[in-house]
Amino acid sequence: MTTAESSTAVPQHGRYPTRQAPARARDLHLTDSVRSARDDARAQGGQAGAWMPYLPASDSPYCPPGVDAAALVWAETVAPGGYTHKVLARGTRLRFDDPSGDACAHLLLFNALEPVERLNVADTQKVPWQAYPSQDHPLLSGDGRVLAVVSGDSSGRHDAFCGTTTDAWNERKYGDARPEGPSPSGRGLFLKAAAKHGLSRRDLPPSLSFFQGVRVEPDGTLAWQGSAGAGTHVELVAEMPLLVLVANVAHPLDPRPGYVVGPLRVHAWRGAPTGPGEPRFTATPELHRAYLNTIDYCEARGL
Amino acid sequence: MASTRTETRPVNYPTAAGGTVASTVPVGAVYAEGSPLDWGASLVEGAVVLDETVAPNAPWSAVVRTGHVLTIVDVGGNQSADCLLYDADDPEERYSVPDTLAWQGNAYVRTGTVLRSSEGRPLMTVVANEVDRQDTIGGACGKESNTLRYGHHVMFQHGCRENFLAEAGRRGLGVRDIVSNLNWFMNVPVEADGALGIVDGMSAPGRRVAVRAETDVLVMVSNCPQMNNPCNDFNPTPLRMIVVEPAPVAGDSRSAHAARTAKEGA
Repeated sequence: MTTAESSTAVPQHGRYPTRQAPARARDLHLTDSVRSARDDARAQGGQAGAWMPYLPASDSPYCPPGVDAAALVWAETVAPGGYTHKVLARGTRLRFDDPSGDACAHLLLFNALEPVERLNVADTQKVPWQAYPSQDHPLLSGDGRVLAVVSGDSSGRHDAFCGTTTDAWNERKYGDARPEGPSPSGRGLFLKAAAKHGLSRRDLPPSLSFFQGVRVEPDGTLAWQGSAGAGTHVELVAEMPLLVLVANVAHPLDPRPGYVVGPLRVHAWRGAPTGPGEPRFTATPELHRAYLNTIDYCEARGL
Repeated sequence: MASTRTETRPVNYPTAAGGTVASTVPVGAVYAEGSPLDWGASLVEGAVVLDETVAPNAPWSAVVRTGHVLTIVDVGGNQSADCLLYDADDPEERYSVPDTLAWQGNAYVRTGTVLRSSEGRPLMTVVANEVDRQDTIGGACGKESNTLRYGHHVMFQHGCRENFLAEAGRRGLGVRDIVSNLNWFMNVPVEADGALGIVDGMSAPGRRVAVRAETDVLVMVSNCPQMNNPCNDFNPTPLRMIVVEPAPVAGDSRSAHAARTAKEGA
C-alpha cells in the first residue's frame, strides 16, 4: 500500500469540507509577529463552549441538585462523539446527565492501582442474576470486587450486551469511523483515553453503556429500546480507586440512519464508599460478599 | 455433589503419569465412574489434522488454520467448554462477546453465528450445532467470582479463570488478554425481566458444535471444573476436540487451501 492509498494520508486540496471558509477564520486573527500571535491567542481565553471541562469543578454551571459545589472534583460536558477520562478516589460519587435524551455514555472502569483488574461485564450480569443494570446494581471486576455501584438511576434504559462500536461497525454503518471524523467509533475513543494512562487495546474489555436501552426478546433478539427522554441521570459510587474511561458515541444498535448523539454531562464529588451500615451493603448475599472482598482489598492497601 | 473436606487424611488420586498418589490436596471432582460417554466424531468430512481429549477440569489450546473446522464433542453431556479465541498472528485482537451479539442482533449463539473480534472482524463461524442455543453471556467461573456466588468456603476450588491464565501463560498471553468468553453446551436464558442465570443444560452425551476458522485462530478452552452450578451437571466430564481440513468440493473456491492461499497472497 502506498502512502497515497493509506487511510491516514492527508486529503488532497479541495477535499476538505468547505462549510467554514478558511479565508473568513484567517481574517479574524492578526498573527504576523510573536507579540501579535500571543495577544491573539490570549484574547481567546475565557470563552464558554457547549462542551468543555469546567475548572475548578466547583465553577460548574450545571452542579447537580443537592450537591455542594465545593465538593465537586470533576465537572465536564462531553461533546457528541467525544470522550473523557479521570482517576477517582474511593468513595467518589460520579454522575452522568443526559440533557438532550440522545447521550450514550459508554463506560469502562479499572482499578486505578492495578489496571489489570477491570470491569467484567459477564460477572456484572451473572453474579447479580440480572442482565439490566439499574439501582443498586454492582459493576464488578473479574476479581470478585465492586468497582462501582449504581446509586441513582432516573433513566432505566441501559445496555450491557452490545458493548460499544468498532471501526468496522461504523465504517459499514456510516462509511466513516475516524476518531477525528463525523462518526467516531467508541473503541477508537476508548483506545485514545486508555493510551493516556499507558494502556492499549489489550486492556479494553467489553464495556457497558447508559441512556440507550436494549432488551432481549424470548428468541434472543436484541431489541432497541432507546432513550427514556431528555433530562435523565445515572449516579455511581466509586467503591475502589477508579480509572474511568467514557466515550459518548452513538449506540451500536441505534436505528437512526444518521449518527445522532447528544452532549453528556459528567460530575463527580467527594463522598464515602458504601459502608456496612447501609442497606445496600447486605442487599443480596452476592453483593454482601462482593463488598466484603472490596473492603478486604482496600483495608490491606491502606485505603 | 462435592463437599468441603475438613480432614487431612491422604486420599489416593490418579496422576497424569498414569499411577496414583496419596494426597491431602482437595482437588476437584472427576466424572462419576460409569457416566455414559459418547466420543462422537467430526461434524464435517475431511482430513483430520488434530484429535485430542481435554481431561475434566483441564485447559487446552490449539491453533486452527484458516478454513479448518473444529468440532467440539460434549462427551459426557452438559459439560461447559469455556472458550476464548485469538487472531493467531495478532493475539491482541481477540474474541468479543458484544461485537458478536450486536453484529447478529441476538443474544444467543446458533448455527450461522459469526464469532467476531474486538475489532468487529470474523474469527470463526458456527457451521453446525446440535444444541438449541449456545451461551456467550455467562462468562467464566473463577476463584474470586465464586466467592460472590457461593461463599468464601469455595475459594480453594479450581475455576475456568485459573485454566485460562495457565493456558494463556503457555502462549505468551496473560491476565490482560482474558475477556468474556463463549460457553459451549452451557445454558443461560435471559428472562423477560432481565433475570439471567446458568440453568440445567440442553445438551447430552455426544452432542457437538462445529466452528470454521475464518483466519488462523488460537482457540483456548477450559473444561469447566465448576462444582457449584449445573454448567457441567455437577459431574465434570471430558471433551473431544477434532480439527479437520474439509474435503475440497469441486468448483468451490472457498476450500481451505484456496482461503489460505488467498490470505497469504494479501
